[in-house]
Amino acid sequence: MRSRARTIRLAALIVSCTAGSAASGASDQVVIGDIDDMSGVYADVMGAAGVEAINMAIADFGGSVLGRKVVLLTADHQNKPDIGASKFREWADQNGLNGLLGGSNTGVNIAMAKVAAVKKVPLFHIGPGGASLTNEDCTAYTVHYVYDTVALANGTATAIVNAGGKSWFYLTADYAFGTQLQAAASKVVEAHGGRNVGAVRVPLGAADFSSFLLQAQASGAQVLGLANAGTDFSNSLKAANEFGITRTMKPAALLAFLTDIHSLGLGTAQGLYLTTAWYWDLNPETRAFAKRFFAKVKRQPTMDQAGAYSATLTYLKAVKAVGSTDPDKVMAELKNTRINDVFTQGGYIRADGAMIHDMYVMQVKTPQESRYPWDYYKIIKKMSGEEAFGPITGLCPLARK
Amino acid sequence: MTQIFGIPVAVILGQLTLGLVNGSFYALLSLGLAVIFGLMGVVNFAHGAYYTLGAFAALLGLQYCGINYWAALVLAPLAVGAVGIAVERLLLRRLYGLDPLYGLLLTFGLALIVEGSLHQVFGASGQSYPVPQSLAGAVNLHFMFLPLYRAWVILASVVVCFGTWFVIERTRLGATLRAATENAALLGAFGVNVPLLKAATYGGGVALAALAGVLASPVVLVNSHMGNSLVTVVFAVVVIGGMGSILGAIVSGLVLGVVEGFTKVIYPEASNIVVFVIMALVLILRPTGLFGRE
Repeated sequence: MRSRARTIRLAALIVSCTAGSAASGASDQVVIGDIDDMSGVYADVMGAAGVEAINMAIADFGGSVLGRKVVLLTADHQNKPDIGASKFREWADQNGLNGLLGGSNTGVNIAMAKVAAVKKVPLFHIGPGGASLTNEDCTAYTVHYVYDTVALANGTATAIVNAGGKSWFYLTADYAFGTQLQAAASKVVEAHGGRNVGAVRVPLGAADFSSFLLQAQASGAQVLGLANAGTDFSNSLKAANEFGITRTMKPAALLAFLTDIHSLGLGTAQGLYLTTAWYWDLNPETRAFAKRFFAKVKRQPTMDQAGAYSATLTYLKAVKAVGSTDPDKVMAELKNTRINDVFTQGGYIRADGAMIHDMYVMQVKTPQESRYPWDYYKIIKKMSGEEAFGPITGLCPLARK
Repeated sequence: MTQIFGIPVAVILGQLTLGLVNGSFYALLSLGLAVIFGLMGVVNFAHGAYYTLGAFAALLGLQYCGINYWAALVLAPLAVGAVGIAVERLLLRRLYGLDPLYGLLLTFGLALIVEGSLHQVFGASGQSYPVPQSLAGAVNLHFMFLPLYRAWVILASVVVCFGTWFVIERTRLGATLRAATENAALLGAFGVNVPLLKAATYGGGVALAALAGVLASPVVLVNSHMGNSLVTVVFAVVVIGGMGSILGAIVSGLVLGVVEGFTKVIYPEASNIVVFVIMALVLILRPTGLFGRE
């Protein structure tokens, strides 16, 4: 039944996409694509508002580069790797695609990275978390831009272990992202003298989390590591509160977005530690960007949406600098430049494709501490890019240890 | 600690309780489906969408009109039930003489439209509905910490389910309804307004789904996808209970909630497919379902 729903949505999308790109493929355009979850559980993390952010970047750049108009194509991958990969291939073959932004979902992005390598189209992973994208799944044409599972674990798990949360039990989303996140956090916990007591793997999109939470409680661990995301994260934290589990265990959000905290409300989310690449209320520049974004979509931007804006600018700047859309020249320029914009200061792209930039460990404010709408985080710690993303592992053949 | 099959008794009791909570939702939803199928022969794929609409009606009622939970418990099912009646009168009625597949396709299309529109307006990440004050807090059952609200869900669901069963199986109104399924033309000849009866039945089944939605809204985040994942499981529950069997829907809803709860302890990765495995077994061994009639 669901696949039929998706077929219908896809058909509608294909019609709208081909209509918009009838004239593309010509050399008088630079074509950027965005393939993301537009209708599923991750649609608010980047989604349609992310498209808005990309359009803002194109407009801020002047709408054209090298005298060629910049055109944006968008598609919904519906969290299916085959759809993401085939859409990417189609655009590369028929629409003259020059660069792609990959939205949420590690599984889909792994599939798209393989296409990037074959078609030689630069791909910026914006939304996925899996650190395998710059390790065993790395390619010469991919950049992991916003955050990864290693940085999340280094931020949140380190902060909590150092604050006394020594024994951990994980509630893990049962797919590539969840297991990678749990593995990264386990490593950090052990490295800091903590103990991993156990884990339960929860099917993606479970309707009820209380059974799993009781198992976590029975483990006697001090920390409840939530290695999941989106609605799964929100619903599991909500249930943990309701069942009084947060009285005996400290919840750790291994990945939480601003939109999740907004959904839950500060009453439920208060005190939570989390790690983010970006926050709208960091400085005057981020606030100015957030204000423009808010005027369009009536929400404050998430780190992924700010990242999509930044990645689009970074790509266009590289094209302008080398005077060409040649993928090898653009990639060489990308790996040889410093990124300074509203998303990051002094960010750089490492040989394995990881964009190294500051990350922030945040704590969610209490309702009393929050003074205005969307005033949700206080900074616990600013981590340098090197500290957050860690050293090169050697698993990616492009980067020596 | 006492153990049964290597599982502590406290864990077993805890999962039993939680299974009953989830089973309550399955029972309420599958009951509505069974009523609609049993009395009208319509496979109502829009059931999940009505459940979502019930939750949104409660949420929006609270946000914009200040309607509290207890009022929403009555008003939201009435409002959504009225929508159901309108759908039956304007659309579904035209398909009665045809293959049941047409009704399935129509309701499936309606579900897509409702979910797509809600997604367009409210986004994907969902909104919180507060637990009503009088049901906040929890009781310590010693083997677990049970939120009062979940206990209320079990109670409300059991009362509503058996109330519905009683009306259909044991009252004169129910007898008339059942007569309409046996021979509508003959019943019409006795002066009973059969079309009205069918509209009311559909409205009632839909209202049950909306009621489940209101009950669920303080438990999960209210979002456009909430009915989507549930409705497939609920269809399996109805098939296991026996298509159209009222009692079968109620009992298998509660039992499968419990079975699923234990799967979450024994082999969590399989917890989202266990219901379908049981459905396959039931279809092989007893194709009419556990409570179904030939």
